Amino acid sequence: MTILIDEKTRIIVQGFTGKIGTFHAQEMIDYGSNVVGGVTPGKGGQTHLGLPVFNTVREAVQQVGAEASIVFVPPAFAADSIMEAADAGIKYCVSITDGIPTQDMMTVKNFLRRFPREERMMLTGPNCAGTISPGRSMLGIMPGHIYTRGNVGVVGRSGTLGYEAADQMRLLGIGISTSVGIGGDPIIGSSHLDVLVKLEEDPETKVALMIGEIGGPMEVDAGIFFKENMTKPLVAYIAGLTAPEGRRMGHAGAIISSAGESAAEKVATLKELGVTICPTPSLMGQTVAEVIAKM
Amino acid sequence: MNIHEYQAKEILADYGVKIAEGGLAYSVEEAVQRAREIEGDVWVVKAQIHSGARGKAGGIKVCKTHNEVEVAAEELLGKTLVTHQSGPTGKLCSRVYIEAGTKIVKEIYLSFLIDRSTERVIMVGSAQGGMEIETLAKTHPEAIIKIYIEPAVGLQDFQARKMAFALGLDSSLLNHAVKTIKGCYRALRDLDANILEINPLVVSANNEIIALDAKMAFDENALYRRHRIAELRDNSQVDSREVAAAEVGLSYVGLDGDIGCMINGAGLAMATMDMIKLAGGEPANFLDVGGGASAERTEKAFRLVLADKNVKAMLVNIFAGINRCDWIAEGVVQAVKNIGMQVPLVVRLSGTNVEEGRKIIADSGMKIITADTLAEAAEKVVAARNQVAAQEG
Repeated sequence: MTILIDEKTRIIVQGFTGKIGTFHAQEMIDYGSNVVGGVTPGKGGQTHLGLPVFNTVREAVQQVGAEASIVFVPPAFAADSIMEAADAGIKYCVSITDGIPTQDMMTVKNFLRRFPREERMMLTGPNCAGTISPGRSMLGIMPGHIYTRGNVGVVGRSGTLGYEAADQMRLLGIGISTSVGIGGDPIIGSSHLDVLVKLEEDPETKVALMIGEIGGPMEVDAGIFFKENMTKPLVAYIAGLTAPEGRRMGHAGAIISSAGESAAEKVATLKELGVTICPTPSLMGQTVAEVIAKM
Repeated sequence: MNIHEYQAKEILADYGVKIAEGGLAYSVEEAVQRAREIEGDVWVVKAQIHSGARGKAGGIKVCKTHNEVEVAAEELLGKTLVTHQSGPTGKLCSRVYIEAGTKIVKEIYLSFLIDRSTERVIMVGSAQGGMEIETLAKTHPEAIIKIYIEPAVGLQDFQARKMAFALGLDSSLLNHAVKTIKGCYRALRDLDANILEINPLVVSANNEIIALDAKMAFDENALYRRHRIAELRDNSQVDSREVAAAEVGLSYVGLDGDIGCMINGAGLAMATMDMIKLAGGEPANFLDVGGGASAERTEKAFRLVLADKNVKAMLVNIFAGINRCDWIAEGVVQAVKNIGMQVPLVVRLSGTNVEEGRKIIADSGMKIITADTLAEAAEKVVAARNQVAAQEG
């Protein structure tokens, strides 16, 4: 078992026939993900990459049993696509789209909360790399070949920093159970904490690695969950020790705006909560290896 | 995106928030003319810069005569003001706002912002206006009132009344207070603002509620649908390098160090800057080239980084996912050739097509220092920078 997705998960691509949707759909198919079709309103009935195109997500759920979706729809229309997926009964959705207005995401999150918890779609992103369970399924845009299958669960805001971590671990012979890039926006579908809850439940995950950055309260919330509820060790790296206050560092969410949001403050709090800290980003793999060696 | 005080006030006035009579001036003559147009015997001359804490930095001057207005405008126009929020380089004041003086009976604080934890708009108020809310939060946290607003239904009258009473406003002002508070909320929601702050909101001697200051910041991602707001952008208030970067679609933040950086991905960029610092160097910039980094884009990024004359060495760190290392390598080689690069360059490539990328760099015959890991890249670029600094003596 893996969390969120496995080789059987029936995936559809929203924004399927666009240039970006097409490119990444093909990459996912090549990786072995079970892509069963896609949605582009107005192009229903066509065939794209040898797979059916639907007008609505609901049709895809009814006709090909779609369970998960990945959104490549442009920012002005992406919030709508995410809500359509939730309404149609999709269980897990990854939104890759970068540049969705914050207030649109506020609407999306509010919409999702109206569903009873057991029926509520889990959302990852937007502005994220997506989710991969190495050797099984990829619902994202990462370079699949740098990930090897194993027992470390990874959650991080940044895509490329997640690749860096995966690569460091691969070179040390450490594999990954599931890696989730949750994205850099101020309001996102799943937090570090949401993913840690899943990793704690997952029998294949033995160690968790959290890759955080400046801004927002998410990493500390995850640290508190670790201290109170987790049986597995948690390793963390927080990027942005050199980031100046009040400036947006690429990610819209990466801005130090209040007390406790700087990298140094987050590191100090996480240490107090018993989290193992990677002192530098080049030691993510090694720190995980040391934690595994002690188990 | 930030806007000026006078722009925020114009917006708020449209939403039913009362502001003092005022006018904008780009010159000393205009400033005096504006003062003549405004009745009364006290005028406030306010520097229009994208920064708070202007008062302490001398950016706000109370004047009793037209002559004093002239002196104040002369002093402020063309001056670079350094406040404790503006950063050490300060902000250039090229316009002043002349406003009728208001007799203040009571000062309060009111703001609206999008709260990341609860994912809704939060209304924040305090009966102790004029103070910075950050200071107040530390010294008198009990004096801050917070009301969360349900996104689906919006701000309700009872919530506005609750805030008005908590702020200690007289019952005679209740309707005006509710109108003001709801107007602010609508402005934030209608226009995709992230922050709206009025500090101070005052009760005047003739029992009116007036916004004496106004700050608004807008969501860059929503400007495509807020054309009127997008036109309010004032690039003179932003680092010129960041403006140049935005024009070519790159994410750049200028910093004070001397090691230039070009990296893909915001998280990896921040982590690389941390590595440079740990290796004993100081980054000159944050630069995320993003996903599809073509040769043309790479060259633009190089030009941007090297336009900073402080740069003594440069580091390229790419972990290719969507990107391909061979494309990046071609871009780097082309950029170095076209620009005639003078400072040492360290390149670290990883991910998709890494072997092809490294081969292109090696075969180029250029003096490019290569590194395999993040740590090695940071050490090499700091060493190269130190060598340059030593030669410069």
